Amino acid sequence: MAAIMTTTTRSRRRKAINAETVLIALGVLALVLAPLYVYPVFLMKVLCFALFACAFNLLLGYTGILSFGHAAFFGGAAYFTAHAVKEWGLTPELGILVGVAGAAVLGLVIGFLAIRRQGIYSTMITLALAQMFFFFCLQAPFTHGEDGIQGVPRGHLFGLIDLSESMNMYFFVLAVFLLGLLAIWRIVNSPFGMILKSVRENESRAISLGYSVRRYKLAAFVMSAALTGLAGGLKAIVFQFATLTDVSWHMSGEVVLMTLLGGIGTLIGPIFGAAFVTTLSNYFATSQLPVTLVTGVIFMVCVLVFRRGVIGEFYASRLGRRLSQPKTEHCAEDEPPRS
Amino acid sequence: MKRSAIAMAVLAAATLPAGAAEISDGKVKIGILNDQSGVYADFGGKWSVEAAKMAAEDFGGKVLGAPIEIIDADHQNKPDIASNIARKWYDTEQVDSIMELTTSSVALAVRNISEQKEKIDLVTGAATTELTGEQCSPYGFHWAYDTHALAVGTGGALVSQGGDTWYFLTADYAFGYSLEDQTSDFVKQKGGEVLGSVRHPLGTNDFSSFLLQAQASGAEVVGLANAGLDTANAIKQAAEFGIVASGQRLAALLFTLSEVHGLGLEAAQGLTLTESFYWNRDEASREFGKRFYERTGRMPNMVHAGTYSGVLQYLKAIEKAGTDATKPVAQVMHEMPVDDFFARGAKVGANGRLISDVYLMEVKTPEESKEPWDYYKVLATVPGAEAYIDPAQSGCDLAKP
Repeated sequence: MAAIMTTTTRSRRRKAINAETVLIALGVLALVLAPLYVYPVFLMKVLCFALFACAFNLLLGYTGILSFGHAAFFGGAAYFTAHAVKEWGLTPELGILVGVAGAAVLGLVIGFLAIRRQGIYSTMITLALAQMFFFFCLQAPFTHGEDGIQGVPRGHLFGLIDLSESMNMYFFVLAVFLLGLLAIWRIVNSPFGMILKSVRENESRAISLGYSVRRYKLAAFVMSAALTGLAGGLKAIVFQFATLTDVSWHMSGEVVLMTLLGGIGTLIGPIFGAAFVTTLSNYFATSQLPVTLVTGVIFMVCVLVFRRGVIGEFYASRLGRRLSQPKTEHCAEDEPPRS
Repeated sequence: MKRSAIAMAVLAAATLPAGAAEISDGKVKIGILNDQSGVYADFGGKWSVEAAKMAAEDFGGKVLGAPIEIIDADHQNKPDIASNIARKWYDTEQVDSIMELTTSSVALAVRNISEQKEKIDLVTGAATTELTGEQCSPYGFHWAYDTHALAVGTGGALVSQGGDTWYFLTADYAFGYSLEDQTSDFVKQKGGEVLGSVRHPLGTNDFSSFLLQAQASGAEVVGLANAGLDTANAIKQAAEFGIVASGQRLAALLFTLSEVHGLGLEAAQGLTLTESFYWNRDEASREFGKRFYERTGRMPNMVHAGTYSGVLQYLKAIEKAGTDATKPVAQVMHEMPVDDFFARGAKVGANGRLISDVYLMEVKTPEESKEPWDYYKVLATVPGAEAYIDPAQSGCDLAKP
């Protein structure tokens, strides 16, 4: 009996892995072919925001910390990258690394203070510190106030590949996006990620098990900030500017919106959410409807109808459950209760 | 909006003339890109789109036999959305030029794209002098106003009207500082004196302590070196404190007819400000104002009128150049004087700056106002050459002697 059980789970697992790899391969293929059908600059924007939302989700979805200050990392990295590339003449990849490093340092400072409290208090600390950073950016001379850093050269990747060609730029963005996603996947599916999840589920229990929860939280915060910085730096190179929009609190709100719409704690959810929100704001820009109103209504409808987010609801549906069943965590839920 | 454009296109296709060969893609397409749902929705917004359409219609709907099409988009004050739309318009939608471009971060971002892609951009909605300074482009133009003109108009001309001593309420960031510095310079040049200034954070709701300091300073003029909601809040609260009623003058550095309308005369009376257009100035401006009012239910401010003038001048330049190719059209725009109700006999400098007169105005009291939208008294006219930076001194490489 037990032997049969294991073989069926095993074959199911194999089937599911196949289904998963096929889906991933299809997804990557779609992204490779997409610029032939959709305007590349728009796609690059979607990818930047998708990476941003995924990085944010690493903190909210997997560690259970709601940060309302991620714009500081996103916009801050955009400023650092733009400044490094424009004023110091660095190549784009080095410029982005400067952005990532800057965002990580900011993440260390903000995270260090924010994780000392929990829940709404921690969120308010992130918001307050991010607002302080916004006002710093508003006044610091190197950001050029509300004009922003403009005309950032896209330059040559590794000194060789001309990024002003939009196809080259697109594939560079896609590569960075996939790398970032891989990093997040790796972090989530590691022993470290398991501990983060345990902190999310029951912090006191994690402490009683002997984990130094604060360190794990801080590490997650810094990783999330650094990956957000990656997205921000990339965006500065794509659009060739860094402005106050990306550090304002609206941006922190927007990323929460993206993640909620797509599905908290799923890997694909934030990507979907980001694509959805950016498409909306772009589509309604040329329509006669007021953009903010429409996004607000859509957000309300989504929150009321899809409480787990669009992708979250899909996972919870029968089809989604069948696809992801063999994963150990879901398996445990599906088992009938022992009597 | 789309329907009328399509109708125009169909109409033109039915009577397709020979001259259209000189026009790329058989039509001239102008994109109006601005904030239509956010804080600047009244400053420019949809009304600018209407103004652009009026210009196209007044020109006859066709240039060199090719139809004129006006399209628009709402950039929501986000430079990335603006940049995305601008690139898409140029790359895939055959847009020949982009205009209006409210907010300086957006205007500068689109300026860079337009220069790279060798397309014409004409800014009416942004204030920064960078557009005709270091970031000038051979195909870029700046119409209507800039921070320098506002500072000369309000700072310089008001001193000549007797406002000798000044106190500033300044928004605590680069824009506020530069307005304050520029205005102070002109105040001093004209022999006035700056008694002091106080800085308030961006987005202040309570101006009482700042206004009390301004009142206590005893300065004849309280200058508001801020913008948008901050200015509106400061003016409202200044009315409550009786700053104007007690004999001090309130001078807003960036404020237009649309915002005065939003505040109402009760709160805004006695305010002095600078604009490059007032509808009730002469016969031609009144005629335009009335027609604009019939379409939109409001009177135009300098951004709307400037957009009309910019579109019209662009179309005239295409006709004169005999083509819509960027370089010849830009050259004609630099050479041909601008002559319409907005700017009379004005010239475009080598840096792309339209050098036209600006006006120092005072907001009427409710008793003085005789009809709806009758809001201003023109106190002084500042000639364009005085209001704008001399192109040779602007820092623009194209204008260096």
